[in-house]
Amino acid sequence: MCGIVGIYLKKKSLHKKLGNYLSGMLDNMSSRGPDSAGFALYNKDNASKEYKYSVCFPYNFNVEKFKVSIRDEFKDILVKHISDHLIISTKTYPKAFLLFLHDNYKELKIIGYGKSIEIFKQVGNPKDIVKKFNLSKLQGSHAIGHTRMATESAITLDGSHPYSTGEDECLVHNGSLSNHNNLRRNLIKKGKKFNSFNDTEVAAGYISSQLSKNKSMKKTLTKCLSNLDGFYTFIAGTKNGFAVLRDEIACKPAVIAETKDYVAVASEFQAMAHLPNVNKAKIYEPEPGVVYTWGN
Amino acid sequence: MGKLENLDFKKNNLRNINNYLQNIDFKKNLRNFVIKNPSGNHAICAGLKEDISVNIKGHVGYYCGGMNQNAKITIEGNAGTGLGENMMSGLIHVKGNVSQSAGATAHGGTIIVDGNASSRCGISMKGVNIIIKGSVGHMSAFMAQSGNLLICGDAGEALGDSIYETVIYIAGKPKSLGADCVEKNITKKDLIKIEELLNIGNIKQIKSSKFKKYGSARKLYNFKIDNVSEY
Repeated sequence: MCGIVGIYLKKKSLHKKLGNYLSGMLDNMSSRGPDSAGFALYNKDNASKEYKYSVCFPYNFNVEKFKVSIRDEFKDILVKHISDHLIISTKTYPKAFLLFLHDNYKELKIIGYGKSIEIFKQVGNPKDIVKKFNLSKLQGSHAIGHTRMATESAITLDGSHPYSTGEDECLVHNGSLSNHNNLRRNLIKKGKKFNSFNDTEVAAGYISSQLSKNKSMKKTLTKCLSNLDGFYTFIAGTKNGFAVLRDEIACKPAVIAETKDYVAVASEFQAMAHLPNVNKAKIYEPEPGVVYTWGN
Repeated sequence: MGKLENLDFKKNNLRNINNYLQNIDFKKNLRNFVIKNPSGNHAICAGLKEDISVNIKGHVGYYCGGMNQNAKITIEGNAGTGLGENMMSGLIHVKGNVSQSAGATAHGGTIIVDGNASSRCGISMKGVNIIIKGSVGHMSAFMAQSGNLLICGDAGEALGDSIYETVIYIAGKPKSLGADCVEKNITKKDLIKIEELLNIGNIKQIKSSKFKKYGSARKLYNFKIDNVSEY
């Protein structure tokens, strides 16, 4: 099953409410995915020369010690600590910084990075995860989220969505892919790295590799229709907005609600029943095989 | 007509509301009900048995009015997947759009949709009359067995795939026809049926003469003596 949600705010004055809106959406999708949950928030306004690295640490990790020792290496570093996640900000470029983390802190799981994205995910009931990361207080311009009912890979952090496989990129998925093993092998040959055996991570990797060839989101997702085999409704996030795609058979549901203030996407209407003026929104189902984008 | 009673999802839960509507105490002379704040909940008004009228003020989730017998259900909003699935009799009227598989396996009664229906509308329908004022998505009337599907707009790909004896009337165009679905000649009997359905749906802007008829070529589901050696 799985539940997917996304919200894009059209008005800056609403940015402070982003976490509040999204937390309600994830709460309402607990029934579709009680195994794990995650979300990615984008804050375009904060985008500067700094990169933000979202990492998850194990229970025996000494955060205070880490903060002190990493500041010795990178003078400009800022570490925000939320539950078992750290958002590390620095001007150091990703290539160097990711290598540093990988070599010196193997126990940390890097779940995403970019100038605008912050990602949080963990195993457990979505309602608890939303509280644990204090989502309702977080702000931003747009966000996507996922509640997982695990099917083809284990209930672990590595199996949780969203998957981020490129700078400021992420993907959530409701469905299952049947050609992910082959596709993973092909992408690995081309230099992509994967952390799990999950099908969605492969789709995310595929989308990132297409986007890095300077292809637009619309072109990239259209290519998914011929190269990804299986069932899917995707929400793909970027720095500027997000996009939605359903496979052509369209077994996996999705509904979009659009008002002058926001665009919301979810697996079921009940995920957005709490949003302001939703009963006056333009509500429709995305057509099978058609790419919908906002902000991209 | 009886008295009107309000039921509210903000004050009560699905189980209680459905239980109440499924076990009406007729001594109280209650026949008309309003459901407030449905908020996309699933299975609202599933399994109703009595001749009552329920007006739902908002959008509903999956399987609304499933297995309905006799009740008249009006939805002032959109409906999710499986509206009126396996309905036996009664009426469901949706004022917005409906999602996939509306009227799936429904044996009787009438479903009216003012907006569009998405894919697989009337899948395996078994006698229900479905009236769609807008368009329907792909694979509508898939394996549909009996009853009528009237579509005022267009239809998506593979309309009537593997259809049995359901009759499809459509004013617009199907994007493509499914296996064993063919256009058929409209008879006087058909025109009377179309007018009856238009009347039930209160549709005045489209004339019965605008509709085309599609149904089974009966080549797929009939046993062919040529194939006897296969058995």
